[in-house]
Amino acid sequence: MRTLTRAAVTATGLAAALILAACGSSGTSGSSSGSAGSSGSAGSSGSAGSSGSAGSSGSAVSAGSGSSAGSGASSGSGASGAPVTLKIATNAIVGGKNDQEASWLTKYVIPNFEKAEKAKGVNVTVTFQASGVDDEQYKAKLALDLKGGGGPDVFGIDGIWVGEFAQAGYIKPLQDVVGDSYKDWDGWSQISDAVQGNASFDGKLYGIPVGTDGRVLFYNKKLFAQAGLPADWQPKSWDDILSTAKTLKQKLPDVTPLQINAGTAMGEATTAQGFLPLLAGTGVSLYDNGKWQGNSKQIRDVLSFYNTIYNTDGLGDKNYQLDAKGRDESFADFAAGKVAILAESDYLWRSVVDPKVGIDPIKDKVGTVGYTLIPAEKPGSGIRGQDFVSVSGGSIYTLNPKSANAKLAFDLMAFTQSPDAIKARLAGAAQITERSDVNGEVLSGDPMLTFVSQKVLPLTTYRPSLAVYPQVSLALQQASADVVSGTSVADAAADYQKAMVKLVGADNVISN
Amino acid sequence: MASVATDAAGLGRARAGGFVAPALVLIALFLVFPALWTIYLGMTDYRLTGLAASAPSFVGTENYTDALSDRHFTSSLWLTLEYVLGSAIIGQSILGFALAWMMRKTRAAVRGIVETLVLIAWLMPSSVVSFLWLAMLDRSGGTLNTLLHTPGFNWLIEHPMLSIIIFNTWRGTAFSMMLFSAALQSVPPSQLESAKMAGANGAQQFRDVVFPHIRGHVLTNTLLISLWTFNDFSPYLLTAGGPNHASEILPVFIYNSALYGGELGYGAAISLIMLVINLIIALVYLALLRQRGPGRPTRRERRVGEAALEVAA
Repeated sequence: MRTLTRAAVTATGLAAALILAACGSSGTSGSSSGSAGSSGSAGSSGSAGSSGSAGSSGSAVSAGSGSSAGSGASSGSGASGAPVTLKIATNAIVGGKNDQEASWLTKYVIPNFEKAEKAKGVNVTVTFQASGVDDEQYKAKLALDLKGGGGPDVFGIDGIWVGEFAQAGYIKPLQDVVGDSYKDWDGWSQISDAVQGNASFDGKLYGIPVGTDGRVLFYNKKLFAQAGLPADWQPKSWDDILSTAKTLKQKLPDVTPLQINAGTAMGEATTAQGFLPLLAGTGVSLYDNGKWQGNSKQIRDVLSFYNTIYNTDGLGDKNYQLDAKGRDESFADFAAGKVAILAESDYLWRSVVDPKVGIDPIKDKVGTVGYTLIPAEKPGSGIRGQDFVSVSGGSIYTLNPKSANAKLAFDLMAFTQSPDAIKARLAGAAQITERSDVNGEVLSGDPMLTFVSQKVLPLTTYRPSLAVYPQVSLALQQASADVVSGTSVADAAADYQKAMVKLVGADNVISN
Repeated sequence: MASVATDAAGLGRARAGGFVAPALVLIALFLVFPALWTIYLGMTDYRLTGLAASAPSFVGTENYTDALSDRHFTSSLWLTLEYVLGSAIIGQSILGFALAWMMRKTRAAVRGIVETLVLIAWLMPSSVVSFLWLAMLDRSGGTLNTLLHTPGFNWLIEHPMLSIIIFNTWRGTAFSMMLFSAALQSVPPSQLESAKMAGANGAQQFRDVVFPHIRGHVLTNTLLISLWTFNDFSPYLLTAGGPNHASEILPVFIYNSALYGGELGYGAAISLIMLVINLIIALVYLALLRQRGPGRPTRRERRVGEAALEVAA
């Protein structure tokens, strides 16, 4: 009995050690379980937009034969009629997150691309690798796949990940992957330099940008009418936002007046939808001329604004910021008329509250959802002296440099961004695409997206495409989380400063 | 004589080595190598993405010194302690023992039902169980809020540690219950009867008759469940470590920093710290077990035994 017990004990100790070691080196089990969790909550999809680029952001298209061992074996030369397999991956899944993109890939892109290639004598089979998880989880999974020498052939990533993926060697400039022939694609001339910048790092192009977006304040016009507020609301300063929110709180006590993303649980959605538009409203850029904002007056102004919303004046609901699924809940509650004002990119309009494809549809979207520019802290105090500010992003499709059929993978990627394919994807719905020839046609029917392309994009800002940016973003999220949880603004800003010094060095951080 | 003792099968050193080799290779491959690899990774600035992913550099003990000054790590260590103490040592052990004790004399049908229910909680996959708990604790429309008439109360935000401690107690009690049920059967009824006749009350019976018999089981149970709980990742599915790190126990902390934050080197360093803590827990328990194993009765046990004999006589 006694020996038995001891043997069992020793065995467990060893097993524990093994589990730990495995945990340290891969942790994949963690990621998979994470996604299980996320799928549990209805609106898991919402998280996609984090990156700014909303719906498209999550998507990774990976047509990689390189990735899958099986396909690699069968691919061979490709052109001679021997069967070739390509794998395309995005953070989209039929019936869930970014459903529209997933359906389009499986029902339009894959069959039509296969048909077109067959006509040219190439026997290609394309498979779609779906995901429906938070962007950060998708990113970790993709990075692990690519690190292991696998991964899809074509995949979608957020534009802000290009730097870190490029530095890690997970993606390479198109020039290196497919050679000069990439320049022959006729789509390049339709994509502006600013948008191409989203797919570039160190001046080199890594993929094709897939649309862009802009951030605004959305508000529920019906709630505004109930509170006696104007239907064409346009706040001119942060104080205007606060006073409107106070009116809402007074007149409609059951409604959460204001939702401006904060905290780490929302990931990049906190930085892109909350912190950075506010920071732009104080007149500075997070990164400028080699220097990052540290414990500066502007950063403290933003944190104080958060403090006013979530602590002093109680105009927002802390639960959304702290809960693991808070963003999805805030979307669902906005759609249900329980949140009055919400800062978000046009992703909300296209993919969340849309009556046809949205995850939290609002039947009378146009009559219910209002949108307005995000004001600077005070009129004229915004970046470049602007009265109103915004932040933009966008995702890109890129290639796996280890793909065994890189040229064919490029053709697939270019095929997805042909005018016909883009129009098929939108299927009558509108989205700001990367192509100027398509935009004029698809945006004309949608007032909100026309508003974004005409009023928001001219005054917008982009996030620095540097490899360290995602870590800086995490530090900003942490600072906002601290303030929402009750840490003083001064302490949160001091901790942020410490984190920044560690990330980029004391010489490159501005504090005052 | 020495040769008989060391080579009973008469295989010789080389052939014996051949037989052991497959096992040793497996252990080296899946146990020693990952552990050494973790030690190595823990001394680099290896990251999931960026420059440090393609060309990590050696940073020595920097990850460890960073960990000590990282408020999230130190708080995570305390939270883990709280979690192990609360859910394993107090929650699962005591509840498991209580169930085992109560089920001793109940009818077989009742015992069957209770044991099945407790076992189901243990056997179901974490993802399923956590989804059920999310539904139960949900802020709007959750079962618990409906029962308590507290609509809108967010349990996972207001009481994150309490929630995951109760969750894990509920989930893991089956093991303690089964182990203690088996242990209690080894307590001779005659001794209990004798103690009763000698006028011992319930607490005295437990202390002087039952406990000495199951001490070994208590230690084994405590060791196993503390190690399991210490390494438990499933709270991630409920709170993901939030709100703002308030329920970020070590395994979740490692996941969040290594994969979510991309700091693989730092995560590996923390993993090694966890490994060392695991070994310490195991060694302490082993020492305890060896020191006071069953078979050598304590003075109190002898006294009870003598009393029982007297009564019997």
